[in-house]
Amino acid sequence: MAEITLIEAVTQALAYEIAHDPSVVVLGEDVGVNGGVFRATAGLHARFGSERVLDTPLDETAIAGLAVGMAFQGMKPVAEAQFDGFIYPMMDHIICHAARMRSRTRGRLHCPMVLRAPWGGGIRAPEHHSEAPEALFAHIPGLRVVIPSSPARAYGLLLAAIRDPDPVIFFEPKRIYRQYKEEVPDDGEALPLDVCFVLRDGSDVTLVTWGAHVKETLEAADALAKEGIYAEVIDVATVKPLDFDTIHESVQKTGRCVIVHEAARTGGIGAEIAAQLAEKAMFDLVAPVERVTGYDTPMPLFRLEMKYLPNVDRILAAAKRTLAYR
Amino acid sequence: MKTVASFTIGYRQVLDQDGRIVDALPEFARDPAVLVDLYQRMSFTRVFDGKAVALQRTGKLGTYASSLGHEAAHIAIGVAMKPEDVFCPMYREYGVQFVRGVKPRHVLLYWGGDERGNDFTGPKHDLPWCVPIATQCLHAAGAALAFKLRHEPRVAVSVVGDGGSSKTDFYAAINSAGAYTLPYIGVIVNNQWAISVPRSAQTGAETLAQKGLAGGLRCVQVDGNDVIAMLAVMQEAIAHARRGEGGTVVEAVTYRLSDHTTADDARRYRPDDEVKQAWDREPLKRLRRYLEALGVWDEAKEQAWKEQCGREVDIEVNAYLETKSQPIESIFDYLYAEAPHDIAAQRAQAIALEGRPHG
Repeated sequence: MAEITLIEAVTQALAYEIAHDPSVVVLGEDVGVNGGVFRATAGLHARFGSERVLDTPLDETAIAGLAVGMAFQGMKPVAEAQFDGFIYPMMDHIICHAARMRSRTRGRLHCPMVLRAPWGGGIRAPEHHSEAPEALFAHIPGLRVVIPSSPARAYGLLLAAIRDPDPVIFFEPKRIYRQYKEEVPDDGEALPLDVCFVLRDGSDVTLVTWGAHVKETLEAADALAKEGIYAEVIDVATVKPLDFDTIHESVQKTGRCVIVHEAARTGGIGAEIAAQLAEKAMFDLVAPVERVTGYDTPMPLFRLEMKYLPNVDRILAAAKRTLAYR
Repeated sequence: MKTVASFTIGYRQVLDQDGRIVDALPEFARDPAVLVDLYQRMSFTRVFDGKAVALQRTGKLGTYASSLGHEAAHIAIGVAMKPEDVFCPMYREYGVQFVRGVKPRHVLLYWGGDERGNDFTGPKHDLPWCVPIATQCLHAAGAALAFKLRHEPRVAVSVVGDGGSSKTDFYAAINSAGAYTLPYIGVIVNNQWAISVPRSAQTGAETLAQKGLAGGLRCVQVDGNDVIAMLAVMQEAIAHARRGEGGTVVEAVTYRLSDHTTADDARRYRPDDEVKQAWDREPLKRLRRYLEALGVWDEAKEQAWKEQCGREVDIEVNAYLETKSQPIESIFDYLYAEAPHDIAAQRAQAIALEGRPHG
């Protein structure tokens, strides 16, 4: 079996689901003949044709609104926002309609759509191409927000997102689109939504992250291990609804928690995790919760972006601050 | 310079404001029974509307958006559509919805603060009311796209106002409908006022119908107070769309005889004279005059019909007033297909605050 990258896993999941579910349609800008600007839909148009893989007019509002309209008529649109920074015109349709369709009609209608977007920084891209807006969507009742961090999880979680009967925002960490390959069987097996993945067991400190920063966080855990400090690493994966139980269980064991995310700090998902730790795990903690995050500034242009993003040293420093408490 | 494209916008009127036939009568309008049915439906909508406003004024309904003056446009849309078509309303198209089987009690439930109003009778695939302006146009276009991809002979119809035709979403719907040749009809019910902002301040365009040209759609302006012309225009637009030949923008020129909603006072921003003149053009009077000239309607029938409407509306009002609120947990129970674990604690807390055991 060939090993594939994260973005190839996205393509593989899309192809599997288009082939197996006639209601699935992929739509977005340049997703057709061109196969997407990152190649996420490469080959799909040639294989499935223009009734399953649709180029849209260049209008993000229209992509979101059309997807809502298709979804409430029983299709399963998988819409693409070409970049995270272009997703904001879509929010009216996602928030006012997709997220609340089921609730406001008391179940008469629902909106089984997926909105995919390349997400996050670190690829020296132009302005508005490196945003991490997951908390904006996580705040909206009725949505799921999913961010995979490996080829296998991209495949399994995207299948689950498409099959989910409710709207899912699926952010793909573009920095690790091609970072490494792994074997991902094309078996149509979905992974569960709404659960964290414990990537590494440890007893001394819990490192919680998602998306591209799983890589730096695992590297930090490696470095700590060399010093005899064992970090547990949790990939949140579904940031809304949050699987706090898994995080809580880990913190009951370690007494320390460092949350790593590249989005701006204030009102980020890290704040929600820290708040729930304060509510439910106060007496399990032996040290203040640490957050290692982007700054409360716009994502800088790329000369400075790697100084904005959390790195291994910042994660290590935060972990060590928690370890100073006994 | 040579001309690469040129356009005209047609205006359709059959029944003028004095009840005279001024253009060729469409085939359907040769049957007086059809016209009586249209009139009765328009009249029912108006009786309902008056009752709903009265309920709001007496504290038995929340803010309500009246449909007064829009009856011809609304009934024509409803009658022209098939049940399998999809209707995407804004928030005052009760006439369309009554034709499609929505019960008045559901309109009242919605404006009475209960989500079950959106779980209405009638076609289950129709969208509920859309308060954000013009977003429903794109949802209709998306529904039309689904029909096209599934090769279903169905059409989607949305309604916006003159103000709504200024929105990005309206243009996006037109553009998408043109790009994909969708079975989509975007009706602009131009009632001259977007709350306090007049039609003249919305756009420099001579007509709102011509906005469809930008997307390559058919464009028609019609007297929206003339139910005969309005129905003819809608039937043609829907037939065109159902044949797979693409969408139409219909501008129905009418007048909002009421306040924007019961929370508005239109006297603040528009002259009484204008409203008085608009009453001369309103849709029921002219049709009644024509029906009376045909000898198929008279004062006795008018009174009997209004009494019947009143009785039917009263049944609906009572059904609404007797509908008890849902329990607080209902706000959680329809959020997702299956409640995620994180919502369970909030649900239990909300129930506990009521002093009830939670299940």
